[in-house]
Amino acid sequence: MVLLRWIRRRLVVFAGLLTLAYLILPNVIVMVFSFNDPAGRFNYAWREFSTAAWRDPCGVADMCGSLSLSLQIATWATIGATVLGTMIAFALVRYRFRARGAINSLIFLPMAMPEVVMAASLLTLFLNLGAQLGFWTVLIAHIMFCLSFVVTAVKARVMSMDPRLEEAARDLYAGPVQTFLRVTLPIAAPGIAAGALLAFALSFDDFIITNFNAGSTVTFPMFVWGSAQRGTPVQINVIGTAMFAIAVLVVVVGQLLARRRNRAAQP
Amino acid sequence: MTTDTKSTGGDVRLTGISKTYGSFTAVHPLELTIPQGSFFALLGASGCGKTTTLRMIAGLEDPTTGTVHLGERDVTDLPPYKRPVNTVFQSYALFPHLSIYENVAFGLRRRGVKSVKKQVGDMLELVQLGDRAQQRPHQLSGGQQQRVAVARALINHPQVLLLDEPLGALDLKLRRQMQLELKRIQTEVGITFVHVTHDQEEAMTMADQVAVMNGGRVEQLGAPADLYENPQTTFVANFLGTSNLIPAEIVEGASEDLVVSAGGGKLRLPAGRCQASTAAGGRLLVGVRPEKISLVHADDAGTIPDGRNRLTGTITASSFIGVSTQYVVDGPAGSGLQVYEQNVERDSRLAPGAEVVLHWNPAHTFGLGADQAIDAGTQKVEDAA
Repeated sequence: MVLLRWIRRRLVVFAGLLTLAYLILPNVIVMVFSFNDPAGRFNYAWREFSTAAWRDPCGVADMCGSLSLSLQIATWATIGATVLGTMIAFALVRYRFRARGAINSLIFLPMAMPEVVMAASLLTLFLNLGAQLGFWTVLIAHIMFCLSFVVTAVKARVMSMDPRLEEAARDLYAGPVQTFLRVTLPIAAPGIAAGALLAFALSFDDFIITNFNAGSTVTFPMFVWGSAQRGTPVQINVIGTAMFAIAVLVVVVGQLLARRRNRAAQP
Repeated sequence: MTTDTKSTGGDVRLTGISKTYGSFTAVHPLELTIPQGSFFALLGASGCGKTTTLRMIAGLEDPTTGTVHLGERDVTDLPPYKRPVNTVFQSYALFPHLSIYENVAFGLRRRGVKSVKKQVGDMLELVQLGDRAQQRPHQLSGGQQQRVAVARALINHPQVLLLDEPLGALDLKLRRQMQLELKRIQTEVGITFVHVTHDQEEAMTMADQVAVMNGGRVEQLGAPADLYENPQTTFVANFLGTSNLIPAEIVEGASEDLVVSAGGGKLRLPAGRCQASTAAGGRLLVGVRPEKISLVHADDAGTIPDGRNRLTGTITASSFIGVSTQYVVDGPAGSGLQVYEQNVERDSRLAPGAEVVLHWNPAHTFGLGADQAIDAGTQKVEDAA
């Protein structure tokens, strides 16, 4: 009876911990197996602890090349989608024009459409245009599907912005450019940053659309998929763990900076 | 860019200015001169066009017709950032991503002023926020944010300071305090203040001149006491304070005092205070302010001196509010007449149901044209435009 009550009182805590475990367990497995020394070509069973893969992360042929390509595509896709998406978001929120409603819904199409259908359609388009499949076709495809996510993130932020702030800037001798750079952009920045991070993550790990439109180019997700047919090198886990660690680090540093800034502003 | 804003003074002149949005006319063509150095209020209910008028002076709204002059200069086509005019916005519009210091320094920096430190420091001292310079706007209370907004505008020494319902978001006590504070600052710096408000008390305590707006037009313009004592329309009579308006018919016109009949009784009023035709047989609305009226019990009617206007009636409600008691009286001349009596000697017989006689000095009576709605301006909208 006592035990039951003890559990019931902490039910929320238990539920929270279980959910957290559910979310983190896959990452933990990836991390643990990056220190494995597998018997065969497949890194699926634990044998013994080793740091061999960590000491030689690029030891697998073509892997680091595909990783670098993925990072490049993700970077350019993020820049392209963020710039275009921010402009579209501002246009949709601030201006009343013909077909605004239609564009507002069409923007969500890439989010709603099954990826594999879009991938096939894009391939048809590129082939009909006579485009050479490779870096550029992948980049164009990535910018396209990242765009809707950036627009959604930025739009939410711009909609909650008080238009009086920009009027106040204009009233205080800031011309159109100054107003945009000193007031509009800094205030919209959190939305833009959220959109950019989302775009980077989506582009970096996209497989389906990339696989259809890459031609002979191989990105990191494609490399992982391809190698999984023949055996999974431990280095894949190393890269995965490193990415995870970097992401966590970015979040933690961001939180710390925000907290310090708030504390500095206290009386 | 106008950096030298102190030397070139002058009145704000609006000439034939109007604003229409599609088929809706927010401001009808308007002539208005705001004297240099005055505290000028635009008063009206929400949607009366007062904020639109203010925004046209600021340059945030392009007038459909007409011109805006600052002194001799035509600024109609100048964008807001080139006008020597600054605005204190409703809900302040402080930049949330900048510190209080940078908020106040914003205008100076945009005009290329190199060393802003002393000026910003002095300005923050003026509004008593020197110790808050490094905080963000959201960390300040409403009253403090309001002072930052004033400091941010005043530091630029504008020719005209525009205030758009600047006290609307504050609670009553703070509002009273800020009214005095703003008035003090205005007297100190001598800049023309144009203040938009829907609060008639606020307009009357602060402004030298008040323009009462209704439906995109200026109903009446004048000093607060003048507007209160001599309203020219029923809207002004009802919107500024409370008025008792009684429909009446002129019995004797064309002399110095008019005699009118209302509800079977006769009332007198000075012909000079009548806004309508004074010919006998014409119809009028006779007005008198509640605090001008005295109230006696019907048994004591004999004690009323001769020559006073009298109305009989029955008290239907009374409310004691400390310094005075407010009575509502129904009579043959009109129902719902308001009377405010100072609580000097209270007559305990003056309770609901009592027969009473209202009397007042005929000189305190004014007459308005009977062709207007008798209750115009009574429905005060409390939320901001």
